[in-house]
Formats: sequence, C-alpha cells, structure tokens
Amino acid sequence: MSSKADKQAALLAYVLRLGDNALIIAQRMIERVTNEAELEEELANANFALDYIGQARLFYSYAGKLENKGRSEDDFAFQRDSREYCNFLLLEQPNGHFGDAIVRQVLFESFYVLQLEALTRSSDERLAEIAVRAEKEVRYHLRHAAQWFVRLGDGTEFSHARVAVSLQNYWRFATEFFAADAVDETMRDSFDGPDLKVLEKQWQLDVSELVADASLSLPDTVARVDGGRAGLHSEHFGYLIAEMQHLHRSHPGVTW
Amino acid sequence: MTATAEQVYDWLRAVPDPEIPVLSITDLGIVRDVAVADEVTVSLAPTYSGCPATEVIEKSVIDALHANGVENVVIRRVLSPPWTTDWIGDEAREKLRIYGIAPPSDAVGKQGLLDSSRTIACPRCGSTASALVSEFGSTPCKAAYRCTECLEPFEYFKCI
Repeated sequence: MSSKADKQAALLAYVLRLGDNALIIAQRMIERVTNEAELEEELANANFALDYIGQARLFYSYAGKLENKGRSEDDFAFQRDSREYCNFLLLEQPNGHFGDAIVRQVLFESFYVLQLEALTRSSDERLAEIAVRAEKEVRYHLRHAAQWFVRLGDGTEFSHARVAVSLQNYWRFATEFFAADAVDETMRDSFDGPDLKVLEKQWQLDVSELVADASLSLPDTVARVDGGRAGLHSEHFGYLIAEMQHLHRSHPGVTW
Repeated sequence: MTATAEQVYDWLRAVPDPEIPVLSITDLGIVRDVAVADEVTVSLAPTYSGCPATEVIEKSVIDALHANGVENVVIRRVLSPPWTTDWIGDEAREKLRIYGIAPPSDAVGKQGLLDSSRTIACPRCGSTASALVSEFGSTPCKAAYRCTECLEPFEYFKCI
C-alpha cells in the first residue's frame, strides 16, 4: 500500500496529464482558427477550443493547489519544457486536412468522455466537480465530430477514401489511451478513478459502432505507440510548444 | 457600510450578462450565493469552462458592489452543481423570447443534446415551422434557426 504522499503525487501527475491533454488539443484546434472551409465550422471549432482552454485552466489551477509550490496555471502551460508535458501523442500530431482533424476528435473524445464520466464518481471532490462540468462539454464536441465522421465516411468516394486513410494513420495512437501505469492504478484504487480496462471495452464498442455507421472498417491492430505520458514526444511537439510558449518565454511575466 | 444579502442580490439583479444583455446574471442563474461578513462573498457558477464572459462578469460584480459602497468583495467560483439552462427561470425565458432569442425548450437530459427532432417556436411569430440553419451559432450556447412561416432568422438558446 502506498503512502499518503505517494497517493497525492499520483493525483497531481494525473491532473497534470488531464491539463496537458486539454491544452495540447486546444493548441492544435487554435491553429485551425481562420482556416475552416465555412463559417459554421469556424465557430464550432473555435468555441470547442475555448472549452478545452477552460478545462486546461481548471486542471492546472488545481494542480498548482495540489503541488503547493505557488505555480500558477500559466506557469504550467507556458513555463515547462517538452519532457514535462504528458499529453497523448495523438493530440500533438499535425493537423493535416479536415478529415484528419475529425478522426482525431472522434478517437480522443470517445475516450475522454468515458474518462470524464468515470471521474465524476472519483472520491477526489474537486476532480469530480471539474469532470461533471467538462463531461457535458466533451459530449457535445463528440456529437459534432461524430456527425462529420459519419458524413465523410458515408459521403462521396473521395471523402470516404480520405477519411479511411486518416483513420488508418491515427488508429495506432489510440492504444496509448489504455496503457495503464502506476499513476492510473493509484487513481483507480485510491481515488475511485477510472478502470482503463473497462473504459477500453466501452470505447471499442462505441468506436466500432461509429466506424460501421460511417461505412468504414476498423483498421488492423498495429504496433503500439506510446510515450506521451512519460514526456517522450514526437518531433512535432517541439514546434508546437515553441509557438505556444513564444510570448511567455520572450516576455517573462507579461500580462495584458 | 454594511449591506444585507438581499440588498446585494438587488444590486446583482442590475448586472447584465455581457453576451445577452437582456438577461441579468441573476436571471441566468449563475449567482449561487451571497454571504455577508467582513467582506461580501459572491459565489458564481461559470456557464462553460471556457466561457470568455466569466472574467467580465466577475469584474462587473465587483464594480457593481464598489459602486454601492462595498469595498471588500470576494468572488468564489463554484462548479457544482454545474450550471445548465435549467437554471434560467420562466420570467427570464420570456425576456429572451421578447428579445428575439428562442429560449431553451425543455429540461436538460443527457440525451437532450442529441435530440435534433424537437421543434423550436419562432420567437417573433410563434410558429413552430422552423428549420435549423446552423447548430453552431455566434456563441457556444446558441444555434441559428429560420422560421419558415415569417421567414425571419432567429437564434435558439440550446439546452445544455
């Protein structure tokens, strides 16, 4: 049985991972702002990105409180180095085309909504509270992404072929969602957190159904990709945070 | 001066929501509690995690209380129970309708969002012959509709 300090350290690590996932997907979505093909999508994407920024702020503020060393949400977002970010690798991959973006949202949000739903029952009250708020938002995002996923997959020959390739490319990154480590186990055992084995089964069912609705087929199981949660990122990540952190790094302590 | 909680509520009733100024923040149901001690603590529930209006609303609350002579104001953000459109009262729904925004149509359920079959009454002519134009309107909380009777476009406040 781990000590109280170990449990608190696991909780902090877990909250930071949630914050990093929210921040990094938000950053990729922000890169799409002003580049959408039509106004409705422009607004949907920008508003969803804002939700993720809001969630990242809640997670980072809570992490600051747990850590108790005076770090603010901005410190976590902008003053860390690449190895300290623990987001899923899927979320940092370059945006590609619209179909790529939609497939990424579908794969991640199908997982994230289950993770948040499980966290609403966590014994950690603050985390449960944030999860209740965030789950409603992500369920809504997923509805949007799933509609597009089906429309593209079940659309023209061209859209079907393109989105099938997106699914093939991103599929291998999804294994990382379910690779439980010591932090996940402590969350499950000591904070009534999600059981990733249960989530994986549900995710498989949910995603299989969507893939069938979209007239696509599930990609073959491929080699597992992970490392994001250990801070081992793909090469794209350095470019992403260079842009994201530029203002804070060049003008330390800047406010506006 | 020492204010009572009721006075504070009265002052807050005059603070408009920055995005839908026809509603006050009390109409919207985001003022959860007012506690008067050495300082006045106002508990606010944000509508969305990323709502850009959150900070504007907090500043308006502080300004409104300062204007009424309350110096020490503490804003507390509360997340639970979470804000939903169910917190918007009947009177406020009518205000929305008169303003030209179709109010959220019924109670929020998990499936509420996924049900696109519900009919929305045009806030201008009352006809339920309306068509969804865009699910994602000018703000996260609104969708764009068009009345097929009077042909006017209107916004619908989504149930969330």
